[in-house]
Formats: sequence, structure tokens, C-alpha cells
Amino acid sequence: MTSAIPPGVPRLELSHISKRYPSVVANDDVSLIVQPGEIHAVLGENGAGKSTLMKVIYGAVHADAGEMQWNGRQVRVANPAEARRLGVGMVFQHFSLFETLSVVENIALVLDEKFDLARLAGRVKEVSERYGLPLDPYRAVHGLSVGERQRVEIVRCLLQNPQLLILDEPTSVLTPQAVLKLFETLKRLASEGVSILYISHKLHEIRALCDTATVMRSGRVTGIADPREETDASLARMMIGRELPVCHTEPYTGDAATVLTVNQLTLASDDPFGTALKDISFDVRAGEIVGIAGISGNGQAELLAALSGEHTVAPDRVVMASQPVGHLDAGQRRDHGLAVVPEERLGRGAVPGMPLWGNAILTAHRQGLRRYGLLRFGAARDFARRCIERFDVRCGGVEAAARSLSGGNLQKFIVGREIMQAPKVMVVAQPTWGVDVGASAFLRQTLIDLSRTGVGIVVVSEELDELFEICDRIAVLAQGKLSAAVPKAQTNAEQIGLQMAGLKMAGAHQDTETAHASA
Amino acid sequence: MIELLIPVLAATLGAATPLLFAGLGELVTERSGVLNLGVEGMMLIGAIAGFACAVDTGLGAWAGLAAGTLAGAASALLFAIPALSLAANQAACGLALTIFGVGLSAFIGQSYVSYSLPGMQPLPIPLLAQIPVLGPIFFQQSAVVYLSVIVFGVVWWVLARTRLGLLLKAVGESPEAAHAIGYPVLLVRYGATLFGGAMAGLGGAYLSTVYTPLWVQNMVAGRGWIAIALVVFATWKPSRLLLGAYLFGGVTILQFHAQTLGIKVPVQLLAALPYVATIVVLVLISRDRRLLQLNLPASLGKPFLPG
Amino acid sequence: MHLLEPRPQPSRRMRWLAPLIAVGLTLVTGTLLFLALGKNPLQAFIVFFVQPLSSGYGWSELLVKASPLILIAEGLAIGYRARIYNIGAEGQLIMGALCGGGVAVLTDGMNAHWILPAMVVAGALGGAIWGGLAAWLKTRFNAVETLTTLMLAYIANYILSYMVSGPWRDPGGTNFPQSVMFGDSALFTVLIEGSRVNASVFITAAVVLAFGLYFRNSFVAYQLEVGGQAPDAARYAGFSAKATVWISFLLSGVTAGIAGVGEIAGPVGQLNLNISPGYGYAAIIVAYLGRLNPFGIVWSGFLMALLYLGGEAAQVSLQLPSAITGLFQGMLLFFLLGADAFIDNRLRRSKKAQAAKAAIQPTAAAPTSPAALPHES
Repeated sequence: MTSAIPPGVPRLELSHISKRYPSVVANDDVSLIVQPGEIHAVLGENGAGKSTLMKVIYGAVHADAGEMQWNGRQVRVANPAEARRLGVGMVFQHFSLFETLSVVENIALVLDEKFDLARLAGRVKEVSERYGLPLDPYRAVHGLSVGERQRVEIVRCLLQNPQLLILDEPTSVLTPQAVLKLFETLKRLASEGVSILYISHKLHEIRALCDTATVMRSGRVTGIADPREETDASLARMMIGRELPVCHTEPYTGDAATVLTVNQLTLASDDPFGTALKDISFDVRAGEIVGIAGISGNGQAELLAALSGEHTVAPDRVVMASQPVGHLDAGQRRDHGLAVVPEERLGRGAVPGMPLWGNAILTAHRQGLRRYGLLRFGAARDFARRCIERFDVRCGGVEAAARSLSGGNLQKFIVGREIMQAPKVMVVAQPTWGVDVGASAFLRQTLIDLSRTGVGIVVVSEELDELFEICDRIAVLAQGKLSAAVPKAQTNAEQIGLQMAGLKMAGAHQDTETAHASA
Repeated sequence: MIELLIPVLAATLGAATPLLFAGLGELVTERSGVLNLGVEGMMLIGAIAGFACAVDTGLGAWAGLAAGTLAGAASALLFAIPALSLAANQAACGLALTIFGVGLSAFIGQSYVSYSLPGMQPLPIPLLAQIPVLGPIFFQQSAVVYLSVIVFGVVWWVLARTRLGLLLKAVGESPEAAHAIGYPVLLVRYGATLFGGAMAGLGGAYLSTVYTPLWVQNMVAGRGWIAIALVVFATWKPSRLLLGAYLFGGVTILQFHAQTLGIKVPVQLLAALPYVATIVVLVLISRDRRLLQLNLPASLGKPFLPG
Repeated sequence: MHLLEPRPQPSRRMRWLAPLIAVGLTLVTGTLLFLALGKNPLQAFIVFFVQPLSSGYGWSELLVKASPLILIAEGLAIGYRARIYNIGAEGQLIMGALCGGGVAVLTDGMNAHWILPAMVVAGALGGAIWGGLAAWLKTRFNAVETLTTLMLAYIANYILSYMVSGPWRDPGGTNFPQSVMFGDSALFTVLIEGSRVNASVFITAAVVLAFGLYFRNSFVAYQLEVGGQAPDAARYAGFSAKATVWISFLLSGVTAGIAGVGEIAGPVGQLNLNISPGYGYAAIIVAYLGRLNPFGIVWSGFLMALLYLGGEAAQVSLQLPSAITGLFQGMLLFFLLGADAFIDNRLRRSKKAQAAKAAIQPTAAAPTSPAALPHES
């Protein structure tokens, strides 16, 4: 972490970087300067081109035009290995770790040194302890929590003595408390002269951590600012060109009968790397949105499977409108008025290669889209067309393949398809994950409006801000256990964060990062 | 009884050798995430190439084995180009390779049906060959049998102890992650696929130049498929593959020794035994989904196209 | 080494162009092969593709061979759409023939109208049982179907071999492993005098129409398709994965089994070891070449039949081994799979071409943004 570079020379200088993909310009004439020891934010909403820009720096993507100066010297980074040799380390948004390998094996794969796992394990332990990122080098990655995995990625970078560390949306998988610990580590690294590029769309984090912010929108730089002197509103204007949209909530006045009850649900995971559910109970009333907070991997997938019917359980474990449905499969539960929007849009919520009318049939075949065992193609096209219009799905029409839609538009289509079946209960996972700000606001408002028509909604999400915006009550799923659902006015992000880490209210300042300790 | 069993066990090693070669090759291929169902075809191509080379050059079994190895690798390339570079359906490409191999070997083999080769003399290992019981079983084999055990040792060592082995496992688990940290995923997969082809070719050539040194159409007789099943049985671990290959070697030769061992079952049904046994071991191992999921290379059979 | 990038929309044109490209490339490679063998390619192609069709008898033989290929491929295509790889149709064909043939052997000497229908039913059952066995192994034990179906094909062959050299061997015949020649009540009526075309082609035609007009547009077929393209989506929608497996295997077992009866109660006329020249395997190629489409399969079935006839003609006229058919089959499938890659993908464009294209079309309005797609690496 030392450099013999004359003072005043930037660590990294990008000039006029452009990168085009067949259907989109990801980076358009982007310039960026990072000083030694600086924590530099790259701010922008989903799809603004931040990740592409980082991949260009890391050599994983080659720019079509533009130059890169490294410590005052012009370089062309051909591949990630070369980037690492220069001193660039990258912590990926979706981790680039191998589940079945141990921590030390994962790290050995990126180091260009003699293959000696025992020696490397010693160094891993030493470096991880020095930076407050404790790790057991011999544990298999599949047994680690999401936060621990992130530590592996960071330690892996640190072992290469980086001069620039890139973190892509590093806090999306962390509890609020773990975020603070990460910030401490990053500030310490910066004080040792390491430059940090911090990619995020979370305004308050950037204001808490970063020295400089470069803001991007639709592939272009729309502003450079000192985030400590900006407000959320001013940063948002640079990021999306207007104020952050806010949802409108009205109180529900209708009949608040219980529409969904989960009773003492205990369930082993199908996935050997999954988390078992332990004694989960909660209920949802008509007209309310119940949020389930927590970091993925704490039983979220298992709970969703049990709710949707993809995994059947004993009849009375899941009850819809006083009718036991636990033993019914996903299709049968839909017949009882359940609608589900899964986290994975392509491949689960929609068949990627099928046109939208074909994807309408997937769950809406009940709405008269089949007769005498035959498909009614006209009716299916009509259903898809109405869904596209009503939910403002921007696409190439009913014949467009699901995979040709952007994340936000596909999500609108799926949500719309489910709502048009007039459900009584709707389960939604990560409603706005990877969706741009405009579509997110639309989706959130749609869910609120739907609940106010008397539908009971369960939202499983990692985004605390989102849950506080749309939910009436919030529970936390951590290590396969669910806390009691609390009215949102009676709790706050800090409390929820502690529960996400699997801790009770007391004992707050221990290691806040032990979620998902099963496996 | 021991006197009766010694030749049976000794023959088992010989019968297991082609399965061991082909199985080790396929194991390495699958570890990298590539499912090549063309083993049967590659073995047939190796068998005819080896036989033709040995006959035409007169250079003996070793030349045949070398030719078979090369031909096997070359045939794997036919699979690799569509399956890897064009990201085509791997199962179907493997099938195409098998159909092609059956056709090609029969086509070339037509003019070699009347030939035979001298085969290969056993190579007793000094001292060890004299050990009672164990000597005749293990140490009076042909040199190729010893070679197969050496290949096993090398594959085991590379997979368990080297960076290359780790990389292979990593690419097989998550080509996306391997690509993200800068490894050439396709290159690794090409290498593993060609190695698989070379080993299948070697196994095939062993059949036609050493084990039964003549050419018979379709002489591999499903061993390629059994080798693929063995890889599943082995849960992608070389040491279990060794065990499986010897087990199946025993089952295959049972039919020839059944009479001496006093088993009275119609020949045709005895001949079906290895295929029945394959289904049985597949069932035994596959019913434990967790065990499979924990060991299966996660990206097996899924094409990889970097974004 | 990375030649391709995904298309935003699968190409419909490429879907139907791919088989033509594959046939074209196979012909080109064939030309090279004939040149290498010292044969005149033009003459070779005439022998292969023209000579077999130069007589009425040739055309009738084309139908005789195409019928079982089409019938089997229709069944296989259903499974392949669901990505269930039954590659042991040959075994299901043999078991169908064995069960149907069993009826004929046991009723030998009798004269009754029910014998042939009973054979067809027995054959359908035999094929269904053999296919169902693989379905059971997959649904109950999770055993991968590529291996089990193939192993079952080998086993079926040995059972056939045992039956025709043991219990069902023609007692009055030589020592050959074959059954008695079937009587008229156990044979399909010959439709055209002097040819081998028989009434079993009506079964094939009926299956083509049933699959093409009804099944293809059915909700069941849709469920199978979803299960094949996106298994998680099928689970999410509540479509049963087990039902998918069973339907696929039973349907392909039934069609292959009936095709087996069509052979033994047709051109073969008895049970012996040569009841199928690999129809069960060739039908795999027929299914893919016909785009897994019930009507497409009719054309590819005839093409494959022609390849068989050509192989036989090549043996006679060119002194080439008839195994050349297998060689062409393998090449055809390779080229087809390679060409199919271009349905969902296209060649990577050079940066210049991309830039030029981007300059013409303003791309900012394009809906897809790579950074917003989930699962990008």
C-alpha cells in the first residue's frame, strides 16, 4: 500500500470513456478523477452505467473509446489479472466466490504466487484480523453469512496490496450496524493511502462516507459534488433529474379480516446450502401490507416457497381465509386467491424466451385463457395487451420476449399479471430489486393501492427504506426465525437492523454480523 | 476357490482399464462444468484409429494407443466447437458425437474386419509379481493397466493438490465468477474436454489393440455410457471412480467366468448384467439428492456465454 | 473464443433456416468426403439422393422407412420440448416389438381379426412400460434419464436376443435367432401391390394430425414447454414436474412401441435381431431437424429415410459401407446444433460495426439496459 508517485498526481484518471452495447449506451464520454487516499462515490440509479464503468477499470469490459491514466501513466487494462497487478482490487456486487471452495482456496485463485495454501492461510488470518474482518481460512464459503462473504472479498483484495479498491453496492447485503463497521474499515484503508471507489445509489451512505461524488445518469456524468455539502434532494436531482418520488398512503377503512395465517411453520430446506425455518407464525389482514425484513439467505427462499406452495407443508400451517391450504400446491393455492411475485423475474416469474402473451398464460390461464384443454391464443394476447396498458409496461408489444424487457418493465408486467387475477392475498419478494427509481415508485404505489382495496400483502425485502415506506407492520426473518410483526410507527431502522443480525434488543454492540450462521 | 478367483480378479483389472481411462477423462471434463455424452463415440473413434494405426504402420500396440489418444482428443474438438464456442445444447452435442462416432468407426472399420493384432504381453513387475495371490492379480498385467493407475494418480493429485485442480473446480461451479475474476473459462473447458476425449480415445484403443486385439463393429458396447454413469456414481471423486471401474470390470467379465463359477443363467441375460448394474448404481447414488447436489459441479451442462 | 452474444429476441427466421443450413453444410462436407474417397461427388449424390427415388418402388420404400421414424420422433419431440432427454427410444421400440410380437407368436396358427389390434395395444403397452420405467427411475430416484434410457435400450436388446434364441425361437426353423414368420392376421395389410407400404402408415398419419392439430395447442403442451425452458417458472406456476416426466416418457414409449409393431407386423414379418436399423436413434435427429414441430417432423422424417435409402444404394453402387448413413446422421446433427445456436444468439459484432449501428440509431431510447438485467455477470 505504498507508492513512489510524486504528490499531486491522481491515482486514477478516466477521460472520455464510452462503452456501447447493442441496445444501450452504458457509458457516454465519462471522465473521473480519484486521488490517493480519497473515498470517491459513483452515484447513480440502477442502469446508470456505474457497474459497466467499474468493469472497464477492472479490465472485465473493454471501453470502445477513452483513456485511463494510472498514477500518471497511461494504461490499457486487458483483463482483471492485469488490473490486479496494477493494484486495482474489486469487491463485486454479486459476489464472485465459489461456494464449494474454502476461504483460503477462493483467495488463492486470484493471487499470482506460489501455490501454498498453508502459508496463505496464515496471511489471511493475519490481514483479516489487522483490519477487523475476522475470518476462518478453512471454512467453506457456502457456510458463511453474506457479510462474511463480503469480508472474504475484501481480504482477498487487501492481500494484493491494492492502491485502489472498488466496492460495487457493498451495503445492500449488510445490516445498518454492519454498514457502520464496514465504513470504519474503509476509512482506515483510506487513511493508509488506499483510494476507494464506492458505487451506490444510497444517498445517506454516500453523505456519511465519501469525500467526493461523481453522479451518473443514463451513462453520462451529470455532476461532481462534495456529498457532505449536499442534501439528499440535491443529490437526487443530479441522479434522476428530479426529486425522489414519494408514495401516498391512505388509511384502510374496509373490513380487516385475517386473510393469511402462518402457524408454527417449521421446515427443513431443500437446498443443502439453505436455511431451515423454525417455528414461524404471523398473520396478514385484509387491507394491510406486512413487511418481512432480513438479509437473503436467512430463510427467505424457504419461507417464500412455503407461502407460494412450491413447497407443501401440513394443511393447517398455512391458512387462507380460515381455510387450511398448507398441503395445496402452488396452482391450487392460486385457485384460492393467492398471487405471488417472485424475486427472480427471469426464469421464475417469467419464461425468458417466451413472448409476453405466453407469459400471461403462466399463471393467468385461470382467467379464461384456456378451454377444452386448448390454449386460447387470442384471449392470451388480449390479456397481455391489457396488462401492458394498465401497468405502463414499456416493451415491444405482446410478442416481445420476456427477456427483452428491462428489469423494471418486466416486474411491472409480472405484478400486473398477478393483480389482474384479483387476488385476495399477494406475496411479493424484493419488489424493486434492480429497478430504476421511476418504476420503483410506480410499483410501490401500486402495491399500496392494491392493499387499500382489501387485499392482504406480504412483502419480503432486503431494502429497509422500502419496507418503511410501504408497510403497515414489519417483522424480521433472521436465521430462519421470524420476529413478531410490529406496526411501523413503533419501530425504526436501527431496531430492525439489530434483529436482522439475529440479536435481541440487549447486547447490541457485539459482533453484529453473524446472520445466517447455519449450514 | 481362491484358485478359481485369481484369474477372475486378474481379468477384472483388464476389463476395468477402459472404464477407468474413459471415466477419469469424463470426470475431468465434468469437473469443468461440461457434460460430454459423446464418450461412447470418442471411444469408438479411438478404437478404430488405434486399430487402423497398429495394423497399417505395423508399429504395434503402443503406436495404436497413441493414435487412439490423439483421435479421441480430435473427436472431442468436434463436440467442443458447437457445445462451448457456440454454447449449443451440450447433451445433444454429445449425442451427436456418439452417433457420429458409431458411424465413422463402422465406416472406416469395414476394411479392417479381417485383421487381428498380436495384442500386448503381460509385464510382470519384478519381485511383486511373485507375491502369492496378490502377485498374479495385480502385478502380472499388461503395461497399459499400470498406465491407467498412473493416470489415476496424476488426475487425483492435480485435482486435490494443485492450482489447476482448484481452477477446474471453480470453473465448474461458477463460470460467471471465474470469468469475473479474470480466468479464461472457455480455455479451461476446452482443455478439460480435450483431455476427456484423449482418455476416452485411449480407453477405446486399449480395447481394440490390447484387450481384444481385433476390430468388431460397435465393439465398445456401451462402455462409454457406463463410464459416464460411473462419474455420477463416483460423485466426481477420482478415488471412488477407481472403485467403481473395478466393480464394473468385475461385473463385465462375470459372464465369461459364470460357467466356471457355477452360475446357470442364459448368456444373453448375463450379458445384460453390466447395464442393469449401471441403472442400480445410478439409482443408489441419485436417490440421495443432497449428496449429489453437494458434489455436482453446479454449472454442469449449462453453456456459458460471457456478457 | 467467444463468438456469440445473445439476441434480445429469439430469431424466428433462424429457427427454420437452421435445418436448411445444416443440410447444406452436411452436403458440403459430404462432397469433401467423397472427393477424399476418390469418388465423383456428383455421381455420389445422384446415387444417394436421386437414384433411390427414380422408381415407384423407391418412393414406396421411402414411405416404409419414414413412417416409423416420424412416429417415434413425434413422441420424442414432446419430451425434448420439456428438455427430458429420452434417448433410448430404440429400447422402447424393441420392447414394443417384443410385446406385440409375443401376441403374434402365442397366437401362431390362429386366424382372428383381433390379433393385429391386440398386437398394437401390446406394443404400445410394452413401449410405455419401458419408457415408464425410466420415468419411474427419474421421478422416484432422481436417476438421470439419458443414462437410464440408454441402458434400458441395451437391456431390451438382450431380452429380445434371449427370447428369439430361447423361448420364442422358430421351432421349425434353422438355428437362427428368430421367431416364426407371422400369419396374415398378425400382419398389416399391404396398401400398394408389390411394395412394402402397409396400413401402419395410417397410425403415423393419425398421430401426426393429433399432435399437430390438438396436442401442440394444448395447455398440457404449454406446461411441458415451460418445464423445459424454465423449470423454476413451472414450479412457480404450480405445474407438476413429475407429471411432465411421466407424460413425456409414456407418450414417447407408446409411439416407439407402436413403431416397433409396425416393423414386425410389416416389412420384417417376424421377431429377429434386425427389427430396427437404429430408427430409435435416428428419430432423435428427425425430431430436432423437424424443429420439434409435429408437421416439421414429417419433412425431416422423409429426409432421414432418404439418407437410409441412399446409404443402401451407396453400398451397392459405390461399394461404400452403409455405415456412411450413420456418419451423415452425426454430421447433420452437429451442424444443426451449431446452426441452432444462432436462434438465440448472433455473432459478436466488431466494435466498428457496433459503433456504426449506434450512430445510425439513437440507442438511448432502447428499453434494455444491461446494467438493469438481473444475472448479468
